[in-house]
Amino acid sequence: MNTELLGVIATYLLTLVIAIPLGRYLAKVFAGEKVWTDFLKPLEAGIFKLSGINTKEEMNWKQAMKALLTINLVWLIYGFFVLIYQDKLPLNPDGNPGMSPDLSFNTIISFVVNCNLQHYSGESGVTYLTQHFVLMFLQFVSTATGIAASVIFFKAFRDRTTERLGNFWEFFVKSITRLLLPLSLLVGLILAFNGTPTSYEGKDQYISVQGDTVNVSRGPAAGFIAIKHLGTNGGGWFGANSTHPLENPNYLTGVVELVSQCIIPFALVITFGYFIRRRKLSWMIFGVMTIGMLLLLIPMLQSELGGNPALAKMGISQQTGAMEGKEVRFGPAISAYWSTMTTIISTGSVNNMHDSTMPMSGTWQLLGMMINSFFGGCGVGLLNYFVYLIIAVFISGLMVGRTPEFLGHKVEAREVKIAALIALLSPFLILAGTAVASYVFTTHGEAAWAVQPKSWLNNPGFHGFSEMLYEITSSNANNGSGFEGLADNNVFWNVSTGIVLMFGRFLPIIGPIAIAGLLGAKKYIPESAGTLKTDTLTFSLMTLAVIIVLNALSYFPALTLGPLAEYFTMLK
Amino acid sequence: MKKYILQSIRLTAVLLALLCVIYPLILAAAGRFSKGGGGGEKVVSKGKVVGYVQIGQSFTDPRYFWGRPSAVGYNAAGSGGSNKGPSNEDYLKLVADRIDTLQKYNPGLKKADIPADMVTASGSGLDPAISPQGAIIQIRRVASYRNVEESKVAELVAAHISGPLWGMFGPSTVSVLQLNLALDELSQTAANQHH
Repeated sequence: MNTELLGVIATYLLTLVIAIPLGRYLAKVFAGEKVWTDFLKPLEAGIFKLSGINTKEEMNWKQAMKALLTINLVWLIYGFFVLIYQDKLPLNPDGNPGMSPDLSFNTIISFVVNCNLQHYSGESGVTYLTQHFVLMFLQFVSTATGIAASVIFFKAFRDRTTERLGNFWEFFVKSITRLLLPLSLLVGLILAFNGTPTSYEGKDQYISVQGDTVNVSRGPAAGFIAIKHLGTNGGGWFGANSTHPLENPNYLTGVVELVSQCIIPFALVITFGYFIRRRKLSWMIFGVMTIGMLLLLIPMLQSELGGNPALAKMGISQQTGAMEGKEVRFGPAISAYWSTMTTIISTGSVNNMHDSTMPMSGTWQLLGMMINSFFGGCGVGLLNYFVYLIIAVFISGLMVGRTPEFLGHKVEAREVKIAALIALLSPFLILAGTAVASYVFTTHGEAAWAVQPKSWLNNPGFHGFSEMLYEITSSNANNGSGFEGLADNNVFWNVSTGIVLMFGRFLPIIGPIAIAGLLGAKKYIPESAGTLKTDTLTFSLMTLAVIIVLNALSYFPALTLGPLAEYFTMLK
Repeated sequence: MKKYILQSIRLTAVLLALLCVIYPLILAAAGRFSKGGGGGEKVVSKGKVVGYVQIGQSFTDPRYFWGRPSAVGYNAAGSGGSNKGPSNEDYLKLVADRIDTLQKYNPGLKKADIPADMVTASGSGLDPAISPQGAIIQIRRVASYRNVEESKVAELVAAHISGPLWGMFGPSTVSVLQLNLALDELSQTAANQHH
């Protein structure tokens, strides 16, 4: 077998080998059982003491959401101003300017919501201070927010009937001390010893072999890149993200970055099962997610390894596959794998440029983000999946004439309404957002913004439409990757994606937690012959069918106008 | 509500110290023991820094092996790909021009022997590597411009092919900068022998 495909398989297997025990470990951590990292308890106690937090105060779902939203608001305000005034603050060796208010608005929301859509370039748009004290900080805490939210959600199903869902702050801090920080140190060290910079020196200059004067951007990037992946954040230290040779120096670091972005989303599914003592259910969910992943991965590999048909016509050799936007040290196979994982788990970091991938690859990338629940982002992926699951419970209940229930709690009108609204939110934001963008592009091409709408697109025709569709989809999924040809640093894109980002983050967290909170408080009904079992193969396939049907109905027309039209045009 | 606000502000302050001061300083301290001392690994030739190991640089002189096309002209203070879509007509014309240029400077080069990486831009614009095939097709040109035997240059290329990770995973690559530095040394020795 060829070494490129072997690399993909090894990376996937390594992910499983790490994620499964990690999932079990996390279940113990959040249940307060004994684990080997308990030596960190004094550190956590110190953090809680300094912050005036009593972890013994349990919260109901509303209180947990209030705490979550409050601290997120604090970060939004803090970061917004620091980014605007970054030029006047220390740690700016390259003398980079402050951000415009609309760019700062977009950037801060984007990092608070774990998206990391970047309308600036790391080399020139931020300083070492803001890279660390705003962006990297948010990469840690936005991930911890997602994980803590998912633990609150798990809590609702751990006991038979409960309104007390633990302490949000405790789960939040433990996500950092027991998971993100130790793993980031490890990954950061691996990167540092493979060539990623860690020192605070500014730009360097040298004369190249041919005599060109070259400036090199650097900076303390290794720690940033570690949490960027572990937390499914995805924002790059450098503009070119993980294609950049300092951000991702070799094949080994490529594997490490890939494994680290997948392990927590994989692990949390396992955690769910252990935590609520229903392991079969979580393995079924894991199975559906894996099938979904393969349904996107295999055709993506096929379309990238096949190369660009237009270049094939020119008669050159594309022995390993399509190479535009890709790095030789990675090759097309693991690049296609990366593209799949980064879009399904909402990381959004790239080791190859998605704008230049084949049209069908673009379709799979977009679908991965539209579905957004095949593993999904840290914590939130499972919440997204839960929305589909509730809809599947409801539909199955109707089909077989049984009362819809989930884990011993009746699913009634209120819960189904919330699930339906959240499920409809994504298509609404994506389709309406893209429609507005297309409208502005076609009818207000001359508008006097930093970039005139007529000059937004880097590619003509169907592919240009895909650039806009991708940008909005990526925002809604809190993904952060882009068809980067789009000229997105202007008031329209900064504000519109900022709004989509915010809705696309907080409503899909609040909705599922509200459902879980409501269900958890209901009377527990013991399982009987009339119960619709949710941990069976049949029900799992039903959920998969719901996911596929809902998304196909929602997005097929938009995909047809973009990547599918480009694909069929290229067949000619 | 007021309680949550105060807790949020205090917790944010504590975590800023832990995550943005202590954490990166630990890595910076450890990074000093890495090859480049934490500032990126430099390449020194004849006492002068001529580049970074990881970062590709522009080679356009026919006496050197060329790297991949770059959308940012190998500007390491910026980075990025072309972001051209696969069906973009302008882009396809650009690729056709690159094929022509390669064939012009490498007489006898068949299109079917040109690997895709030599006519497409990388994602970073700073790709330090080309495929082994990308180097092999340039051997004849480089040898003739330098008046060195083709076999000598071919040996050099073979010695600069890095295989897959642990011999099993990923593609084989050739570092253009390292190869060209070795090439300069080879020409130097050849010139010394003539004198």
